[in-house]
Amino acid sequence: MRLSRRSTFLLRAAVAVGLAFIYIPLIVLAIYAFNASKILEWPPPGLTLEWFPKAIESTARDAFLTSIKAGLAATAIALVLGTLASLAVARHRFFGRETISFLVILPIALPGIVTGVALNNTFTQVFGIDLSLFTVIVAHATFCIVVVYNNVIARLRRMSASFEEASADLGADTWQTFRYVTLPNMRSALGAGGLLAFGLSFDEIIVTTFTIGAGEQTLPYWIFTNLFRAQQRPIVNAVAVIVVLISIVPVYLAHRLTSEEGGAAAGRGVRGRVEGGGVETEATAVP
Amino acid sequence: MATEAAVVERRSAGRRLADLLHRRPRLQVGALLAGPLGWLVIGYLGSLAILLIAAFWSVSPSSGELVRSLSFENIETLIDEPVYRTIVVRTVVIASLVTITDAIIAFPIAFFMAKVASRRTKAILVVAVLIPLWSSYLVKALSWRTMLSSGGIINWALEPLGLSGPGYGNTAVWLVMSYLWLPYMVLPIFAGLERIPNSLISASEDLGAKPFRTFRRVILPLAFPAVVAGSIFTFALTLGDYITPRLVSNNQFIGNVVFNNISTNLPFAAALALVPIVVMVGYLLVARKLGAFEHI
Repeated sequence: MRLSRRSTFLLRAAVAVGLAFIYIPLIVLAIYAFNASKILEWPPPGLTLEWFPKAIESTARDAFLTSIKAGLAATAIALVLGTLASLAVARHRFFGRETISFLVILPIALPGIVTGVALNNTFTQVFGIDLSLFTVIVAHATFCIVVVYNNVIARLRRMSASFEEASADLGADTWQTFRYVTLPNMRSALGAGGLLAFGLSFDEIIVTTFTIGAGEQTLPYWIFTNLFRAQQRPIVNAVAVIVVLISIVPVYLAHRLTSEEGGAAAGRGVRGRVEGGGVETEATAVP
Repeated sequence: MATEAAVVERRSAGRRLADLLHRRPRLQVGALLAGPLGWLVIGYLGSLAILLIAAFWSVSPSSGELVRSLSFENIETLIDEPVYRTIVVRTVVIASLVTITDAIIAFPIAFFMAKVASRRTKAILVVAVLIPLWSSYLVKALSWRTMLSSGGIINWALEPLGLSGPGYGNTAVWLVMSYLWLPYMVLPIFAGLERIPNSLISASEDLGAKPFRTFRRVILPLAFPAVVAGSIFTFALTLGDYITPRLVSNNQFIGNVVFNNISTNLPFAAALALVPIVVMVGYLLVARKLGAFEHI
């Protein structure tokens, strides 16, 4: 788009201000993690590295592992349910099809307290089960379905159904078509959706506080419970910095996934060879 | 041999099921939808329905036990007590302000990323916007808590000018929420702007429209559904948050009251949770009409 010099300048200034707004709090936090004093004052009186080893040795490590566990389980459920729903909506016509997207979006579009209270009430009052890591996973999976669904359905809509029809015409049955045609084409969409779902679950705190059992701690829950303890503050700051650094990994992975997709969107994946009714895979090595 | 026969047997059973599914697409749809719909309709909508019912239960004042019979007590308290009216209004007003603020900050960033920046700058900016989205929500809220504290960096920076920061309170909640949900607004708008073909913009320019007019008459209407999509997140997330208000204010928001009542007076918590449900379902219905769902 052709813009005048003045508008380009203004636009750049707005972007710079926006990015400063995004990054200043993260930088301030990083500096506080090296704060030699336990009292949070600006500027910090001195710098130290002592909080990092203490952070790694603290109970935060167990909480981190719990978060990974919960995130992986919730992502696995969301991948299955989200893919099934998107296949139904993208490849079939049926009554109420339009409402599926609404239904899937609801758990994330309704405020976290609503989902939290509703599930808490159902778990404790209706089923009479104790809150635990399992209830956290169920709750997380519920609002993670939407990101898998959206990613996969976008892919299915771009991918012509004629590939699948061709596969069926060549004698592949429903499973073979899914395994050798549909699934390989959805791979990067599943990766992106799964990554987002994991990220959502890993960071979630509000629904978690309503569904977590006594004695269990996810990492956000650990930060939340230690936040108000003055003694723990420097360690919380150090944990926070570690979390921000770890968060670069999924961003990098997501970036890789999307650039891979740009290079080899079409044609890839159909590596099944249909022969006399049975499908035999060629070299199954994944590039 | 026996195992081989079993494999053949199993495969043919799978094949028979596949044939059945192929011949009867309705059955296939049913099989595909059973899991997701079971989870979301029975599990999730069912929970919401029970919550709706629980809002009409009450708690016996003498024993503290749940009384599972119809009572309008909670709804009456909600409407009659000015405290709760204030809390609901405060929450909705802050959520609206956060949404507007984010739209204003996010649009130039998204526009620059999508239509002005070079490929390289664009890639860098996408990552720059994504990193804070992935870093923990609590970490960011925590950082603001220290920045806004009386000995924090904001007061330190403003002191030479003879000013002081907002401290903890409603302004702080508005500021921090706007910060927290900004990436949720940038990304849908960016994706929406990317979808607008450059040829449309060139056509407008070739027909003599000044940049501002092109922006107002071509780009803005096409990007609007994406802005609405982003606003679903900023609005809903603000409406349901109770942790940020606890960190940077002493004020009560809907979420705080729900959380405080969950173990002592579940029916009242449920009744109050109906407010954001009603607000959000209305918001979503309008958003869908505006085409926002394509952009989430």
